Amino acid sequence: MKPLKIVVLAKQVPDTRNVGPDAMKPDGTVNRAALPAIFNPDDLHALEMALQIKDKVPGTEVIILTMGPKRAADIIREGYFRGVDYGIMVSDRRFGGADTLATSYTISMAIKKIGNVDLVVGGVQAIDGDTAQTGPQTAEKIGYPQITYVEEIVDISDDAITLKRRLEKGVETVKLPLPGLVTVAGSYDNCRFRNAAKTLKYKYARTNTELSREKDYIKDILGKNDYLIIPEWGVEDIDADPAKIGLPGSPTKVKDVTNIVLTVKEAKVLDASENSINEMMKDLVDAHIIG
Amino acid sequence: MEGNVFVFCETENGVVIDLSKELLSSGKKLADKLGVKLEALVLGYNIKDISGQISKYGVDKIHIAQDERLEPFLTLPYNRIISAVFEEEKPQIVLFGASSVGRDLAPRVASTLQCGLTADCTRLEIGDHFDKKSKTEHKDLLLAIRPAFGGSIMATIVNWDMPPQMATVREGVMKKEVFDENYKSEIVEIDAKSLIRPEDMIVEIIERHIEESKVNLKESSIIVAGGYGVGSKENFKLLYDLADILGADVGGSRAAVDAGFIEHERQIGQTGVTVRPKLYIACGISGAIQHRAGMDQSAMIISINTDKDAPLNSIADYVIIGDLNEVIPQMIKSYQELAH
Repeated sequence: MKPLKIVVLAKQVPDTRNVGPDAMKPDGTVNRAALPAIFNPDDLHALEMALQIKDKVPGTEVIILTMGPKRAADIIREGYFRGVDYGIMVSDRRFGGADTLATSYTISMAIKKIGNVDLVVGGVQAIDGDTAQTGPQTAEKIGYPQITYVEEIVDISDDAITLKRRLEKGVETVKLPLPGLVTVAGSYDNCRFRNAAKTLKYKYARTNTELSREKDYIKDILGKNDYLIIPEWGVEDIDADPAKIGLPGSPTKVKDVTNIVLTVKEAKVLDASENSINEMMKDLVDAHIIG
Repeated sequence: MEGNVFVFCETENGVVIDLSKELLSSGKKLADKLGVKLEALVLGYNIKDISGQISKYGVDKIHIAQDERLEPFLTLPYNRIISAVFEEEKPQIVLFGASSVGRDLAPRVASTLQCGLTADCTRLEIGDHFDKKSKTEHKDLLLAIRPAFGGSIMATIVNWDMPPQMATVREGVMKKEVFDENYKSEIVEIDAKSLIRPEDMIVEIIERHIEESKVNLKESSIIVAGGYGVGSKENFKLLYDLADILGADVGGSRAAVDAGFIEHERQIGQTGVTVRPKLYIACGISGAIQHRAGMDQSAMIISINTDKDAPLNSIADYVIIGDLNEVIPQMIKSYQELAH
């Protein structure tokens, strides 16, 4: 079978499952520094999908692409540890503050620069925004058809991939002609663990920005091993139109943000009698919570 | 801003789904506030009596596209038609349901039209916004309000310079309300045949069916969850019975998973999945902080426990003190009586 060129879209996200009170800046934006940064969970499933295809189709190349601040290079290293062939950082101050439209434009320009990509995979959504928009918007911008909410590969052929996708109440099996874009759901197989040999091999993979702050012996290692340099692409590298990136390229703006304050609720305490349960169930039906 | 309020109406076998009707009701309020018209955009095949289905929600104009290629849903032909209509009609506000269709389609449309889109809104209002940077006051914008950041904040999103203002809304958030039973809509047929291009049909649906879901509690709107207090794997059958009739999914606490009462993939809490359904029915769950962290954003919580001091009770809306072996069958019975 013909080898594929696959790009995995992965995002470093603040672990929103552990949000403390200091996580928000006064201007309403997220203070990412105050939170542990993790590999977005859905994107790990997407990475697994790409690696499974690589296992099945010899010669397939898996490239991991992340857009974010400098420290997002962790995502690239994690990709290497688990088996990708190549990683690229898209990082530039001017990309900051992007909503999904500006983000998908930026990612689409990077994918175009990579060139001849057969398949783009990413998680359905990222846990910081939960929008699920960047996948479909990237697909539109590179002119690829999209399949969202994928949870299983059924078949791969030279020019198409057959997938199972999750609907609210069912499952759809669809054939996506390549090139195409897929968003992967959390119900997809879990990502494999790090490979020990690869973890050793790529332990010192660094972007040039990171390298400038490293100790001399690490600089020496990277001086002799080009493949450990993680490329960093900025606005000019991907030929991006400055009007379409970052804040200027983002139609949606945050007007304000309010914190959810958890308070102890005043519960209705019921006995287990038929009457009280009837009454509760009626309330729930009336309030359109059930039924 | 100018232009009317549009609602994309999703159909299933020719019938507009409830979520779309909820959006029509919500769109009607926005349109009234702005003094503009409410228009619906309906796509599908063999759609029966569209006026009878949706005019009563206060729809002034219905744009309808019918073609056998529009059933079941496919992203590309839908995007083609919707983008063409919006380029022509120049709506001010567009609402999509945050269903698996809407969340697939709306971002593609927003990208095609180069406009803003706010996902999974829980409130929609009309209001003004002062932009400090340009020192400009923007009147009568759509305020799209949504939870973000794992549900710990509510963000209000505005878009004043790249119309239309688009938003998706989750099911059950807005209330479906008939505006006027005798409301009349103008109907415009869209020429789907000439709009859909061959390259829009390249994705092929091979099979489509309703089947038992792989567990995806995150998407569930109602969850029946059991803890160690359920007592046994056999007793969990009761929870499944209740879930069945409510259209709910079943989850468990870590203690229940560790005891082997329920599979690991259904574990809710810090080490399991985080859920925020509109209704969470906790059965025999004491409510350790690790469990609460995974479900305390549920819109409504019912706690069934023999222990009135169970920590979970402090975040519950209803606490039923009793044995779940009696309470759950009673809930099932009550519901069945109400449903008839």
